[in-house]
Amino acid sequence: MNTPVQEDANQKRSETAWAPPTTRMKVGEMPAAVRNINVDGRQPMSPLQGFGQMWQKTFQVRLTGVDKTPAEVMQIWKENFPKFQPPDNRFYPTMAGIKPGEVLLIAAKVPPFPGLPSILPVNTGVMVLYADDNTFTVMTPEGHPEAGWNTFSVYEEDGSLVAQCQSLCRPNDPLYDFFNRFLGASGQQDEIWVHVLESLADHLGVHGQVTTTKVLVDPKVQWSQAKNIWHNAGIRTVFYVLGAPLRWLRRKSSAGLKI
Amino acid sequence: MRANVTMTVRKADQNSSVIDIHGEINAFAENALMDAYTNASSDGARNIILNFDGLEYMNSSGIGLLVTLLIRAKRQNQRLLAFGLSDHYQQIFELTRLNEAIGIYASEAAALGAV
Repeated sequence: MNTPVQEDANQKRSETAWAPPTTRMKVGEMPAAVRNINVDGRQPMSPLQGFGQMWQKTFQVRLTGVDKTPAEVMQIWKENFPKFQPPDNRFYPTMAGIKPGEVLLIAAKVPPFPGLPSILPVNTGVMVLYADDNTFTVMTPEGHPEAGWNTFSVYEEDGSLVAQCQSLCRPNDPLYDFFNRFLGASGQQDEIWVHVLESLADHLGVHGQVTTTKVLVDPKVQWSQAKNIWHNAGIRTVFYVLGAPLRWLRRKSSAGLKI
Repeated sequence: MRANVTMTVRKADQNSSVIDIHGEINAFAENALMDAYTNASSDGARNIILNFDGLEYMNSSGIGLLVTLLIRAKRQNQRLLAFGLSDHYQQIFELTRLNEAIGIYASEAAALGAV
């Protein structure tokens, strides 16, 4: 049994690591140039609220020879998280950085079909659900391509450090599920985490070979969640971009009326 | 790192087994939790009840384990219920929306009364 003092310490440790209670995501202070759509006010999604099959994917890289503690590597990872992303997947943390409850906006571009250039914009984001010295987890909002969590961690194993990305997710709606199954979107998502781990290893001066393990946790499709397509961030971003001239005209006309 | 958790399984009634959790639920608790679940299910229990009275700490990997456990239970047509969660961890269940799939009760008697 724990003493009351230990219980208090555990309670405090947990309260500082988890995001504060919320049912809707709230975007903090962002640079003005960042497009803040599809996230603010959206409900966080666990893997249980998504549509398609649930997968647990684990990506690992061994950081052999890196003379740092897991906490030191995690600090580097948090500070450089946007920089470690591929060029078509830009992350914008709030001014507060990677802290529990904070939202990171994402501006991604995806190819319409495999092999074509990435031209379709998708604006979305994630909320930092949990963060401690060696780990942080982000949770996706309604409309994000995946419903669930990605956990980034660093730990020691057999005398060397291991950096890991682990996702527990399912496609959020039928359209994303179709893209995953037939148009290679799942593989593109995997490439993002491989890129992130390789970038981290490069940053630390090691050449790391990323290993991938995939487990099908739930083969069932949840048709009751097909309605999630209403919030699809890909569709909404395309409409938002197409509506830019109309918004510009509206701003011009309202400015003119004021004069 | 090694698991810092112990789990004991006991029969609550003909259809229900309780898993008493003592310690931390994190990624290293996977074997202990899945072994306890297998043990709890071995005599055909339809309801698996998690007792969190002895929970000392749970991180996001621990929540992920509960999702995996829930899916396993659903595939066996079992119900997963919980009691003994502190206010803080009840809020975590709400934040992660696990409370929409795992019934949360104030006591073992209340959980058993709901099955």
